[in-house]
Amino acid sequence: MADEMRILLRNYGKIDPLKIDDYLAQGGYKALEKAKAMSPADLIEEVKKANLRGRGGAGFNCGLKWSFAYQAQADQKYVVCNADEGEPGTYKDRLIMENDPQAVLEGMAICGYAIGASKGYIYCRGEYPQVVEILNEAIEQANAKGILPGFDVEVRMGAGAYVCGEETALIESLEGNRGEPRFKPPYPPNEGLWGKPTIVNNVETFANIPVIVERGADWFASVGAAAYPGTKIVTLTGDVNNTTFFEVPTDTTLREVIYHFGGGIPAGKKFKAVQVGGTSGAFIPEANLDTPIAFDSMSQIGAVLGSGAVFVLDESRDLVDVATQISKFFEHESCGKCAPCREGTMRLKDMMTKINQGQGTAKDTALIEKLGRVMSYSSLCGLGQAAPSPILSTLKHFSADYDAKMM
Amino acid sequence: MKLVDIIMQYKDQPGGLIEALHAIQKEYSYLPEDAILETARVFNKPASEVYGVARFYSMFSTTPRGKNVIRICESAPCHIAGAVEVIAALERELGIKIGESTQDGVFALEFTECVGQCQATPVITVNGKPYFDVNPTTITDILAEYK
Ligand SMILES: Cc1cc2nc3c(=O)[nH]c(=O)nc-3n(C[C@H](O)[C@H](O)[C@H](O)COP(=O)(O)O)c2cc1C
Ligand code: FES
Repeated sequence: MADEMRILLRNYGKIDPLKIDDYLAQGGYKALEKAKAMSPADLIEEVKKANLRGRGGAGFNCGLKWSFAYQAQADQKYVVCNADEGEPGTYKDRLIMENDPQAVLEGMAICGYAIGASKGYIYCRGEYPQVVEILNEAIEQANAKGILPGFDVEVRMGAGAYVCGEETALIESLEGNRGEPRFKPPYPPNEGLWGKPTIVNNVETFANIPVIVERGADWFASVGAAAYPGTKIVTLTGDVNNTTFFEVPTDTTLREVIYHFGGGIPAGKKFKAVQVGGTSGAFIPEANLDTPIAFDSMSQIGAVLGSGAVFVLDESRDLVDVATQISKFFEHESCGKCAPCREGTMRLKDMMTKINQGQGTAKDTALIEKLGRVMSYSSLCGLGQAAPSPILSTLKHFSADYDAKMM
Repeated sequence: MKLVDIIMQYKDQPGGLIEALHAIQKEYSYLPEDAILETARVFNKPASEVYGVARFYSMFSTTPRGKNVIRICESAPCHIAGAVEVIAALERELGIKIGESTQDGVFALEFTECVGQCQATPVITVNGKPYFDVNPTTITDILAEYK
């Protein structure tokens, strides 16, 4: 049976996160030194070869993304750390930042060297004021030691908008605007913050960088699933005995996550469904539990890995009620910029509420399926594209719950 | 600190508008109309734009509210862990509905989505401080801390 493997959480509980000397004693900032001894092109090649894929949900090859910003010509470039972590059921980025803030700074500084950026921003969600303090303290300590020469990092705080986790909305918010996503292209590595080449990476992505530089691309590429190597921090919620977090190689299966690490379902109840990737993920039935928690294997079963949140529901749960609650989330968080998402999330919520109250008919579910399909390809950003997924997947795999509530 | 001094601290910060709004709200618990107008003046932006930014983010309030802001997470993991009962108990205890503030101005009650503390659901926050595994019996003690 699989064991935990702590790469990202290597210093968890071992160091005082507010003491940079502790981090240095564990070999911290050796990777930055090593990176700076390489040419930026070689460094980017190494990260690319490690096949580290973004941990913010889209799974894009990190080194490849960096190469676009490296090639872009500009007087100023930016490194942005996405610490907006708004996906319900997720707190992995908080764990990393609270327990090892210097690792995130080191990853950002390595990126800065690679692409030629002298300025970095950490966009931390407004719900984490204590993390903002930790990060500011960590930056101060690093600067006091002169560890980040030529690289200046600032923390900015969000103010409660899920959509600001989307990279172009995040950039708008950093610029002091309403957090509405931009049309793409241009993509941020070419035109991002204040129109300059910008790398936006997730906290967990950055925290992987020092390890990759230190131990080499080949080593990293050999951990976990070949197509999505490394480890993943999963945060378990819902009906499991251990509602906690684990860091596991990416070839670990959902079944292992729920039964081995999660300790199974409490009170002798049976498993019913699991939603992976946060509230925008699909609900997965028992038949697919042997799927590894890697990006592509999750896509193959019509689900997503997303943020790595794992939300388990036992046999007593009513999926119509849960999906209705989720539809409220999307209606509330839709920024309103594009019509398919603005109107669609509202209609989905209305119809789900009606069904949940026992007043729905087969006409409603048919309409939901059609609307959901249209939203998934016509919405401007991932919010509206993914919003129908929890509903459509419950309709597909758990139609009995809907039938039981029909008029 | 005077309102204009609060705002001035962020004037030259690129994209500092949101930071300025945070700072104002920390002082007043919401964003008063004259604060929005003053911010617009300092940042040399139309008031409509500043108001548009303030209204976009759920943590900003443009109406007066109680000093201590209680937010209840209603995301799915907290929902199935019993957030509905916590909401009912808080409404009962405070004698107000979600979205309202108490007469004495001590508490405001609001919904939030996930606050990233899902290891111990249901979760509420008071002025940003999280409380874990909350249930109808523990809220009395939590409220007492702020009375
Ligand atoms: C609605 C929405 C919310 C998102 N929220 C986050 C988030 O909270 N954190 C994050 O890192 N990425 C989030 N993303 C993904 C980002 O747009 C982007 O892909 C990511 O930050 C890139 O970093 P990575 O390549 O390291 O994953 C979100 C995307 C969408 C569409
Ligand atoms: S779901 Fe309520 S705190 Fe995360």
